[in-house]
Formats: sequence, C-alpha cells, structure tokens
Amino acid sequence: MHYDVIIIGAGIVGCACARECATAGLKVAIIEHHIPAAATTAAGMGHIVTMDDSPAQLALTAYSRGLWQQLAPQLPASAEYEACGTLWVAADDEEMAGVSAKQSVYTAAGIASSTLSPDVLASAEPALRRGLSGGFLVPDDAVVYPPASAQYFLQQAQASGTVLLQARVIRAANHSVQLADATILHTGKIIIATGADISLTPTLPIQKRKGHLLITDRYPGLIHHQIVELGYLKSAHKLTADSVAFNVQPRQTGQILIGSSRQYGNDDPGLDQRILAAMLERAISYIPALARVSGIRAWTGFRAATPDKLPLIGPTEDHSVFLAMGFEGLGITNATGAARLLADHLLLRPSAIPLTPYLPERIKQEAYAHA
Amino acid sequence: MTHAEVLIVGAGPAGIAAATAAARTSRSVLLLDDNHAPGGQIWRTDSLAPNPRDRHRDAALTSLQQSGAQLLFNTRVCDAPAPGILTTLSGEAITHIEYDKLILATGARERLLPFPGWTLPGVSGAGGLQALTKGGFPIAGKRVVVAGTGPLLIAVAAHLAAAHANIVCVAEQATLTQMAAFASAIASSPAKIWQGIKFRAQLRGAPYHTSTWPIAALGDTHLTSVRLTDGSRTWEEPCDYLACGFHLVPNTELASLLGCTFNGDFVAVDVLQRTSIGNIYCAGEPVAIGGLDAALIQGEIAGLAATDQLQQAQALHQRHATSLQRFVTRLEAAFRLRPELLTLAHPEDIVCRCEDVRFEQLVPYTSWTAAKLQTRCGMGPCQGRICGPATQSLFGWKPTSVRAPLSPVPVSAFIQFDLRTPTAPQEIP
Amino acid sequence: MPTPDAITVAVNGQPLQVARGTTAAAAFALASAPCRLSTTGDPRSGVCGMGICFECRAIVDGVRHVRTCQLPCYDGMKLETQQ
Repeated sequence: MHYDVIIIGAGIVGCACARECATAGLKVAIIEHHIPAAATTAAGMGHIVTMDDSPAQLALTAYSRGLWQQLAPQLPASAEYEACGTLWVAADDEEMAGVSAKQSVYTAAGIASSTLSPDVLASAEPALRRGLSGGFLVPDDAVVYPPASAQYFLQQAQASGTVLLQARVIRAANHSVQLADATILHTGKIIIATGADISLTPTLPIQKRKGHLLITDRYPGLIHHQIVELGYLKSAHKLTADSVAFNVQPRQTGQILIGSSRQYGNDDPGLDQRILAAMLERAISYIPALARVSGIRAWTGFRAATPDKLPLIGPTEDHSVFLAMGFEGLGITNATGAARLLADHLLLRPSAIPLTPYLPERIKQEAYAHA
Repeated sequence: MTHAEVLIVGAGPAGIAAATAAARTSRSVLLLDDNHAPGGQIWRTDSLAPNPRDRHRDAALTSLQQSGAQLLFNTRVCDAPAPGILTTLSGEAITHIEYDKLILATGARERLLPFPGWTLPGVSGAGGLQALTKGGFPIAGKRVVVAGTGPLLIAVAAHLAAAHANIVCVAEQATLTQMAAFASAIASSPAKIWQGIKFRAQLRGAPYHTSTWPIAALGDTHLTSVRLTDGSRTWEEPCDYLACGFHLVPNTELASLLGCTFNGDFVAVDVLQRTSIGNIYCAGEPVAIGGLDAALIQGEIAGLAATDQLQQAQALHQRHATSLQRFVTRLEAAFRLRPELLTLAHPEDIVCRCEDVRFEQLVPYTSWTAAKLQTRCGMGPCQGRICGPATQSLFGWKPTSVRAPLSPVPVSAFIQFDLRTPTAPQEIP
Repeated sequence: MPTPDAITVAVNGQPLQVARGTTAAAAFALASAPCRLSTTGDPRSGVCGMGICFECRAIVDGVRHVRTCQLPCYDGMKLETQQ
C-alpha cells in the first residue's frame, strides 16, 4: 500500500492535517495507537484564542481563529462551538496599564478588541469580585469541545478516503513508516503529530508541561466569557517555575471549566493536590461564587512546549518527514492554521501567512541545552 | 487530622459487624457512612428505634452501640490522598482521617438497565422506592409494580406491602426453575438469615410472575402503566410506581481508587478478608454478591482480623466459607440476566441519565473511553455509576480507572484535599 | 420512622407540610413535582435512593445540584425543581 501522506497521531492536529490533505485529493492514512483525540486533545480546554506572546504567535493564532470561524457553521453540535470571546481581567492598575499597548497590537493585527472600565467589566461578568481595575475583551475568540471537533475533522478526512489505522509506530523516516508488528508502510510524506509524545523524535527540544483542569456541574449564566487574568501572560511565560493562573471557561452545557496550571519536569499524570488547590484558590479569589459550585472531576494533561513557545510546523532534515508538534497550550486553536499551512506547503500552494517562523529548522541543539 | 486505629467505610451489615468485632479490643474504631443513620440499604432506618419485624437488625445495632465504636454519619469518602489517609466530606467540610487498618464495607447498588420510559418519574430502582418510602413518602394505596431480578424484589415488595402499597405484581425475569432451585437452597440454609423467599408470605396475594420482565414504562410526565412480557404474551399493568432493579453491582470505586487488586468485577481478598494492600480489608458485596449472611460474617472476620484476633477470624472463615460461597454461586445462577433484557432499549432511549445520551449515540463506539469522549456518556455527576454497569451489560465495555473525587464536591472543598497547608495562591516555589 | 410532628417546606413556592424525618426527595414526590429537568428538559426524580445516581438533584435554599434523597427536610426549607 502506498500513501501520499501518512499522519502519525490522531489528536486534533493530526486529524486537522488529515482533513486538509485528504480534501485536497491526497491519499492519506492516519495512525493512532490509542483512541483518536483521547490524549492531549481530550485534556485541553478548547479555548480558541488569539495570543500576542510574539508577532509569530499572534499571526498563527489569528489565522487559525479565522479558519475556525469559517468552519463554525458546519461544525456538528457536539463540537459545542461558542463565540463567547476572551475577557482578560486586570487585578490592579499595573495590569490595566498594559492594556492599551495590548489593544494597539491587536488593532494592528486586525483583531477586534475593546477596553472595559471596572463598571463595564462588572456588568459584563457580575460574578467577578469587585475592585478589579478593568478588562480587555476579544469578542471573536471562541470555545470548542476538542474531542468532538477532532472527530469531525477525522470524519471529514475519512469521507475523502483517509484510512484510520490503529497501530503503534516505531519508526518513521525516509518515506516509510514501520509499525510495531513490523509492517512497513510506504508513503510520499510523513507528518508527525504526536503531541507531547516525542518517542519518534527524541532529539526534539519538546518538554512536557503539565496542567490541571477541573470541571463543574451545570451553572448556566454564572459566567459568560472565557475569563483569564492578565497576569496569566506573566505566569505562562515562565519557562521553569510552577505557576497557576485564573482561567475559567463557560461550556455550552452550562458547566464551568476551571484552569489553569503549568508545571515542568513532572511526568506523573496524577493530580498534584498542592497545584490544584492553588489553582482553585486563585479562581475563587476572582469569582467567589465558585467556592460553592459542585466540582465533578479534575484531571491533568501534558502540553508539548518548545523553548521559544512557537510550534514546529514543516519539513525536517529528512525531507520526507514533517512535523506538526510543540503547540504548548495552543494546539486546539492552531490545529486549523497549522494543518492548512502544512497542506499548502505539501501541495506547493501559496499560503496566507508565512510558514517561516514555525519551521523546525530554527531549533538547534544549543537552544535545547539552554532551555 | 482525625486518627482511627481501625477505620470502616460503610455502616451496612458488613460495616456494623466489622466495627462491633473490632471495637471489642481496646482499639479506636471509627465507622463512617454517608447516610444519617446506620443500617445500609437493607437495614435502612431513620432512627435506632426497635423494629419488631427485624430482630437481627435490632440485635446488630444494639451490639454496635455497646461496642464503643465511634460512629460518623453524613460523611462520604472522596479521596485517598496518601497511604493510610482518607479524605472525607461532610456538608462542605473536608476532614482527613488517618488509619492504621481500613475496612471497606461499601455495599452494592442496583443494576439499572435502560428500557423505553425508564427515565419517567415514578420509575425507580426497587431499593430506590423503598428508600423513598422510608424517607417519608406515603406509599399507602399507591399501585406499585415491582420488576427486574434478584432477591431484593421480594424484600422490597414485602416492605411496600407492609406499608399498605397496592402491589400490582412482582415480575421476576428469572425462570420458575431457577427460582425453585434458589428457594430450596434458601430453605436448606442453616442460618436462614437471608430473608429472600420468606417475604413471599407477606405479599398479601399479589401475583408473583417468573420469566416476566418490563419492556416499557408508559406515561407523559409521570408513570401511568408498565408493559410486561413473558416472552410470548405482552400486557400492560396500570400503576403509579415501578420499582425496578436488575440485581446488584458492587460499589468498588473506593477499592479501585486505593489500588486494590480485583478479581473480575470484585475486590480480591484472602481468607481473612485482606485485600492486596496489607492493611486494607474488604467485606460484603464488594467481594461477592452474597447477601446479608455473607456481609455479617465477612464483616466480623474483617473486624477480627484487623484487630489481630486471627484465630477467631480463621475459625469463623472455616465454619462458614463453604456455605457462603455456595450461596454466592446460587444467587449468580438464579438471577443471571436473560439476553432479552439487553435488547430492551430502543435507539432513542436514554442510556446516560446525567447527560441524556441516547442508545443510538453509543452504538458507533467500541469502548467506554471513546464513547465517553465523544458522547459525554458517563461524564455527568454520577460519574458513570449508573450507565457504566449498564453499558458493561449492553456492550461489554470495561470501566476505566477511578479518579478522585469519588463523587462531586464543592470547589472550596477541593482546596482542602491538599494535605499540606495551602500555599500562597499565585507562585508556588 | 418519621416522628409525627409536622414541619413546613416549600416545593416550587407551594407550602407543604411533611412529617419530621421526611427526606427532601420524598417532599418532591409528595408535591408531585420532579426534582430536576434533564439536560434535554425531561422531568426526573430520584432513582437509586442512596446518593449514587444524582437524579434527585434539586435546588435547595437556592443552592443547585443538591442531592435530596439523603437530605432530611427542615422547617422553612425551600425546594425547587432544578431546570
């Protein structure tokens, strides 16, 4: 059997890649050793968010969010797409002082946003504690349920002829993919989209960054936007220390998803009660009513973090092997954009934004040593 | 942090027997339960007042009270954060309880299977309707169909009849042959503590059908009738309540969270009721669906063994093990589900009651994990306690690992799960 | 068994006298009111009677998602069907 493209990993990124390649007419196989969308994709929040960490990050998230917006009308109800917007809140005047610069960046990138006074913030989200200094609203950001979205991408790919194989890949190089049962599949190109699992690419400087989330029972109307503290950026930028930040999401079901935490160097998937407690205390400090809300389930997941916080999208030194990895906390958002950019590259189509900032070739071993 | 030398979870017959046996020594014994009184499901009470109909219960409760065991009610276990510690929730308050020995006596719940109309108000578990009645709902004069399978049906019907319910009929899916074999086994049982068939006399003439099962519950916003079948004939019984359970499934979530080894669906134990974890014991239904006799004896063995009264524990085991095991086997044989019960649900019928997931939504999936992820089946507050056993019966899906919290807790309580003093919220060194 | 002295609760705004010791789930049944409406709007009431199935969740004194089957009524308790 010969494929044009074999994609390894049926998380949301792999499924989006399969959809882009298959609908463009390529003969695609996607290989998953477990259940599609059951690992990092299932653990994530599903926040479609424009982020201005760096110009390249803003370009990719804005592009990807636009693709999600185009997709929204055709997504199944189970994908729970909801354009609830992101509301960044400032705890103090210092955080609020950064908002005007942030708004300029968003405006320059063509992303709608608005600055909220404390009063407007309070009426937009009455459950927030009083005394906050204001907010920054990005109204077109959205929320999805990642496993169902990935499943939709996979089904679209399968409808265009994609073959889903359940198998473990032990080697992927030089136009061939070897499975654990010694089967060898031949292919034009290979896309590795294995999330935080770097067993096929052990030299990549991708680190697991553990996160915790908790989901509540249904409290429709308690919050209306994905609400994130502006201090999140400070916390998320740290490359070493453990941190927690206030980050809550209204699900279409009325449930509330409470995050977030970041830990390096902890590969244990178990709950870390110390981190979970700190995360929840922080959430309650912003929304006191959360204290009495019924929490159903808490879990952890691993983000795949690169040293420069940008994903790895594009060819490697082995010209048959491409990467779609290292999305850190933005894998759901950037799945659409990364898949489109990769397909553009493979099909020699012009792309809407340059792929250059995300090319794996920028990663040098030295960078890894410093991370 | 509270400390108990012997901590017992579940104050049903097994837990009561365990606590009573353990407290005979001078050790500190703590018995906790999420209900507000001891007794578990079978001896559910609202007070410790004597019950003239049940001298076994009264004797057991009196011994418990005299034993010196400490009782803690309205308290549910939600986590096992470290070896030797359980985290419990009472109201919105979290307490960590340290133990030297732990005895799990977490009982069983009814297996509920989906069929058309099973989500209508008026349809409940058999034990569920009994609990509602014991909780003050006057069942007198109400027309009740009791259906499903298992010895609980007769016990529930007898209880409801005593409360002057109008028992329309009892529909037991097992065959007359199966039931006859079971009844004769009961009659020859030396202890006769299991009450099963003797309730029959108390049914006040209500028809008792074998080889009969419900295929639909009918009504608009509340049950009005039940459609029954015996495989060849189908008929409707007008009624106000349908008490319907398909035997029992063990409550093993805590054992699973603790990491105990399982033997199929049950917690594996040795002759002293010890689990694979040295200081953790297990007794009653989580070990095997064996009824009241087994619960009392295994509870006592666990209580004795946990307090180093090994000779008595071993003697008790030797005296009863064979007959208890025989009874387990007989129960299993008598109340095995007939295959028709697994085809009752129509495509549009709800399987997961928390998330309203329909049967047809589950059909494309091949595992519990995949179905959960894509349909939300089992993702609601019951955490798959009801639809998990149902999908195990219907599709053969195996449940996944259990995670804390064992049942939903307020977010503020989650914070107290941390055994250490909570640190400053923003930065964690 | 419940002691005979009666207490008054409100079920969806309607006063209801129940015997002391009555559970909140039984109060709903007495008032012929469902404990909750399901996610697709179907009326539901308690099933297991032992705190496991979560079908008896209701709004108790303004707090959502309270299981009512193990909860004794108290005087002045406000019970509402949870939507």
